[in-house]
This record gives sequence, structure tokens and C-alpha cells, in this order.
Amino acid sequence: MAKGRVGGVSDSGVLSQIFGGKEADMKQKNKLWTLFIVFLKIGTFTFGGGLVMLPLIQKEIVEKRKWIEDDEIVDIFAISQSIPGIIAINSSVFIGKKVAGIRGAIVSAFAVSLPAFLSIILIISLFSSVKDNIFVGKALRGVLAAASALIIVTSVRLAKSSIKNKFGYIISLISFLVIVVFNINAMWAIIASILIGLVTYVINRRRK
Amino acid sequence: MFTILKLFLVFFKIGLFGFGGGIATLPMIFNDIQTFNIMSVKDFSDIVALSQITPGPIALSTATFVGFRTAGIGGSISAIIGFALPSLIIVIIVSSFFNKFKTNPIVESVLNVIRPTTIGMIFAAAFILFASSVLIKSTAGNTLFTNPQSLISIPALIIFVLALFFSAKTKINPIILMLAAGIIGAFVI
Repeated sequence: MAKGRVGGVSDSGVLSQIFGGKEADMKQKNKLWTLFIVFLKIGTFTFGGGLVMLPLIQKEIVEKRKWIEDDEIVDIFAISQSIPGIIAINSSVFIGKKVAGIRGAIVSAFAVSLPAFLSIILIISLFSSVKDNIFVGKALRGVLAAASALIIVTSVRLAKSSIKNKFGYIISLISFLVIVVFNINAMWAIIASILIGLVTYVINRRRK
Repeated sequence: MFTILKLFLVFFKIGLFGFGGGIATLPMIFNDIQTFNIMSVKDFSDIVALSQITPGPIALSTATFVGFRTAGIGGSISAIIGFALPSLIIVIIVSSFFNKFKTNPIVESVLNVIRPTTIGMIFAAAFILFASSVLIKSTAGNTLFTNPQSLISIPALIIFVLALFFSAKTKINPIILMLAAGIIGAFVI
């Protein structure tokens, strides 16, 4: 398996242009294969909403393979939430493109969708009443309880690296409350943030 | 063949205009598949419930399901590809712009607000997951102070606390942690 061996390559596209060699080509293929395996794993263990992917991405893409950094994950999720489409596909395309270009983007989107597709097809053809199974319901509650803990730990880490001042923490708190208490669509929170960002830009410029 | 093409177009449209993550796109999916006339509200909510307990993000599982019910495996494939294609195109375009403009001072001050907002949203998502797994929906009004055990599932809370501990203090793989939580949950919750 290609696991872990392809992490340190800076840009194999350039390498292959310079050397035209087989080795660089192999590295690119290895990278695509690793992307496929990683996003297949992530797609398999994403239950419910796309944000359950966050701890998995943090572990597999940032910690193990060092393809991107903590700061960048926050940017990727921020953008994935503010453009059309679901977070799972948007973020995997984003990461795939960054790691291995357009081919990487396509491979990642395909890999992250495959488990959903296969498991639904399997269930339709094998069972008719999985959702009534009480064990499945309880197992799911266990998984989600653990997932919420994992997301909290990961986001504390991300908060430390991407929130720089008191103002940032206040914004985070407001965004949390607005979504939990008033159940507002994430898109509006992003639009409000863009406006606040523009206002702070104007204020900071005047001060200078 | 016509149905398969139509599925592609319907899900392409949902992928193109569905803002705000998977769960926010579900009502849109339900509205748009009415043209196929195959599903009642109850059918659809069953599908959503099933999509929650199967691997993969909800919206993708639901798309596979709807595609299959409408036109078999070909329908599923066409729905998923239609759904993912707008994301693929938009993200590829946006990400190349993003790298160019990241250091622009206006973009930078906007990002300085969007980042904390996103962190807040992620905490909100964690809270909602916590509530749906650890809290028990009560029909008898607010009994949090009089009889807390009727509101909180103690086994689920213990799983939550253990997961919190292990992921903060050890380097355990999150997948293993979730699998363990699922197995334990099936027996003790």
C-alpha cells in the first residue's frame, strides 16, 4: 500500500516535466491512489452531516500525511459551506485539487461518494427494515456521541490556530449561538461575516 | 433513458443551487423529485432516516436512494454524478481564485471574520450531534432539574466523555474510536 510514503513530495507535476522520468509519474499515481483510499475511508465513516468528516480529515490529511495545515482546513470548510453543494464533496474536491490537481479532485469526489452509493444499493437489495432494527439505532447513537466529542476536540485545536484575538472568539460565540438557538442557515452566517469583514477593513484603513 | 437524463438534470440543479450543507438541501430534493411522482412524505422521511445510519453523507445517500427508486442502478449513478458535478466545477474554479487572492488585504479581513464564524458553526454542529445522541427527547416538558435521568442517556454520555478523553489525550485513530463507540452503544445504550 502507498500509505505514508507520498507525503513529502512537493510538486511531482514539475518533477515529471523536468526529468520526464518514470519515478515522478509513479509518485503522482501513488498520490492519486492514496487520495482514493483516504477519501474512501472518510466517506465510509461519515455518518449524518458532512462535518463529521472534520476529525477524519484532520487525522488522515493533516497529521498523517501533512498535505495541508490546520489553518487551511478552516479555510476549506469555510469556503465549502459558503458555495453551492454539500460540504463532503466540496471539501474533498478542494483537498484533492490541492494535493494532486484536477485529477486529484475527481478521484477524491468519486472516493468520498462511493461508500454512500454502495451501502444504499446493498441495503436496498438485502434488507427492507434496517432502520427499525433497535441495535442499529443504538449503535448510531454511540457513533454520534463519539463523533461529537471528536469534532469538539478537533475544533478546539483549529480554533487555537485560526482565531487570533478576542474579536475572533466573540464572532465564534455569536455564530455558535445564532445557529444553535435560532437554527439559521449557515449561508446567512457566512454572508453576515463577509459584511462584517468588509466593515472592519474600512475601519482599519481609516485608522491608518 | 429519458428518466435517467431527467434525474441527472434534477440533481444537477440541486447541486448547483443547494446552499448550506447536506441537511439544508433535503427539502429541496423532496420538492424537486415530485416531478417523478414516486414518493410520499413518509417514504421520503424513511429514506432520510435510513441515510443517517448508513455510511456516507446524508444528501448523497438520499440521492442514491431516490435515483434507485426512480430508475434502478443507472438512476442512482446518474443522480450522484449530477449532484457532484456542480461541486466539482465550482470548487475547482473557486480554489484557483482563492489561492490568488488569499493575500489581498480585503479578502484577508473578510477571512479573518469567516474563520471564527466557521469555527462557531463547527461547534454548533458538534452540539447538535451531542444533543441528538446524548439527550433524550422528552414529552413531559422540562424535567432537567427534577429528574435528569429521563432527559440524558447516561451510557451515551459516558461514551461521549470517554471519546473526549481519548481523542484529546491519545493519538488514537478517530475511525477506531467511532467503531468502538458504535459497538459499545449497540449493547449499552
